Amino acid sequence: MDTILRIDVGAAGGPKATPTPVGDYAGLGGRGLTSAIVATEVPADAHPLGPENKLVIAPGLLSGTAASMSGRISVGCKSPLTGGIKEANAGGQAGQLLARLGYAAIVLEGARQGDDLYVVRISKDGVTITADPSVRRATNYQLMDKFLGEYDKTGAMIAIGTAGEMGYGNSTVSITDMEGRPTRHAGRGGVGAVMGSKGIKAILIDAKGAKSRKPADPEAFKAASKAWVEGLEKHPVTGEGLPAYGTNVLTNVINEAGGLPTRNFATGQFEGASKISGETQAELEVARGGSATHGCHRGCIIQCSGTFVNKDGRYVTKQPEYETVWAHGANCGIDDLDVIAELDRLDDDYGLDTIEMGATIAVAMEAGVAKFGDGQAAIELVREVGKGTPLGRILGSGTATTARVYGIEHAPCVKGQAMPAYDPRAVKGIGVTYATSPMGADHTAGYAVATNILKVGGDVDPLKAEGQAELSKNLQIATAAVDATGMCLFIAFAVLDQPDTFQALVDLLNAYYGWNLDAAGVAAYGSKILAFERDFNQRAGFTSADDRLPRYFKREPLAPHNVTFDVSDAELDSVFG
Amino acid sequence: MTITVKCFASLAPLQPKNAGAFPIAPGETVARVMERLRVPEGGASLIFVNNVHRQPDTVLRDGDTVGFFPPLGGG
Repeated sequence: MDTILRIDVGAAGGPKATPTPVGDYAGLGGRGLTSAIVATEVPADAHPLGPENKLVIAPGLLSGTAASMSGRISVGCKSPLTGGIKEANAGGQAGQLLARLGYAAIVLEGARQGDDLYVVRISKDGVTITADPSVRRATNYQLMDKFLGEYDKTGAMIAIGTAGEMGYGNSTVSITDMEGRPTRHAGRGGVGAVMGSKGIKAILIDAKGAKSRKPADPEAFKAASKAWVEGLEKHPVTGEGLPAYGTNVLTNVINEAGGLPTRNFATGQFEGASKISGETQAELEVARGGSATHGCHRGCIIQCSGTFVNKDGRYVTKQPEYETVWAHGANCGIDDLDVIAELDRLDDDYGLDTIEMGATIAVAMEAGVAKFGDGQAAIELVREVGKGTPLGRILGSGTATTARVYGIEHAPCVKGQAMPAYDPRAVKGIGVTYATSPMGADHTAGYAVATNILKVGGDVDPLKAEGQAELSKNLQIATAAVDATGMCLFIAFAVLDQPDTFQALVDLLNAYYGWNLDAAGVAAYGSKILAFERDFNQRAGFTSADDRLPRYFKREPLAPHNVTFDVSDAELDSVFG
Repeated sequence: MTITVKCFASLAPLQPKNAGAFPIAPGETVARVMERLRVPEGGASLIFVNNVHRQPDTVLRDGDTVGFFPPLGGG
């Protein structure tokens, strides 16, 4: 991973790829590398869809090695949704393969010439880029049908659907899974639109002949790798809970805790929760001949995903994640898993972030565009988004824009990005993360739900303001470091609870790179990434006023606990103060 | 005195038939209910009483709702 592949989309005669040395960015990976490049090279006042913005796609520090769980890939840019720096990351096959081909990152940069759409092909023999008129307005699954034969055995596809091509604030970059399906998405913040603005529709990776990356100290790496796997397998969450039920096991937990945002965050419990729970979902999948335990990339041992099939046993989509089931389910008052699976499929196909899409539909429902609970209406709305009708374009611009268009105060957004599946009034720690993360409302940036609700990594009362700022701060720093490694964030459940598993992760990095990192060094690494991001956002015009939840979360109590968000502004400012 | 009992995820098979009106004695604790349901040692890492996280020594009252979860995560 000594090379950054820079693709100048404005070069004479069409986009031109140039391998460049990693240079000053050495030692950075994943989110660390995307945020460093964006903060260093993109003017903070750039328009997100203008020529000065860049799209950076980077595997993690440990991607492409033999270390288990290292398949995450980061996609960074200035966000069309938030106007701030963005890193969205995804699983799937591409991260491992890009790393094995020696690339620390792909950077799409420059001013697009004309309106041709291009397909990039990367293999160990080099890079080719060709204009392909047939991909225009193709959805992700249509791209799969077209290109699967090229990448199914030893490759992967990175692509945008119609949402990215149309420049939506809600648009993903899709990454194919082990079956070659476009089910993994760098979802948040409209990264797909930035790829679309560069005229690149798909990147086909063929890693045939590429070898697993070799560590500086193979023996130490092997030992650390063994301890790493043992640690993940022995922890009850990573070893048992996630494989059995997937992420949607949270529906019942968060509902029981009174923090499941329902009908556009109007209340904290959904009467249909058990019908869309992970337990019901797993039972349905298995009964129909699908699967409730499946990984998104080779080398995953947690296997939190699955395969959702319809009544006839035909593939619909991958197992919808908790966030998706919440966004399209409880938050829209919908209690039908088949409807939710169909919405998940459509989101993946068009290239839409399921969180943002579900939150947007809920706002539209509050505005009277459709009724809460009307699944068919929700499906039709997402189809409008895919088609690019005027209404679809409004909805595709995101939750905040939709609320503004319809005159609705209840836009559950921070920095223009919709909140995920935990009401910040009943899970106050995650509220601090929503408010203060440089990414906008993002649960993965500092998953205080673990400590507030799941009692992993300690126990901080979710209903009290005390201790939440400190908790969120520490988690945001640790998460930034994990996001640089290429490790799936779910490793955090084991890492937070088991010091020897945390040490195994540090040992993996040290053995691979010949470093001498310790716990303080990991924290410094995470802090450095956040500093890049905060600095960019400040230069882009963000102030402490942007590190706040919408006012109504302080004013309107949430049932059943009848709580408001009462973490003070001073405490919020202390997170990065 | 009765309570509502909810057993989730891998504890679902322990859900009693009379879960909606599960009888308890005065002063009965969550721990005693877990014994009666044969929840294995350490099997319920998350206990909610009326939607609030509680410890096994919590004394239950008539009409309470108790939820048991094994260790789990997601997000």
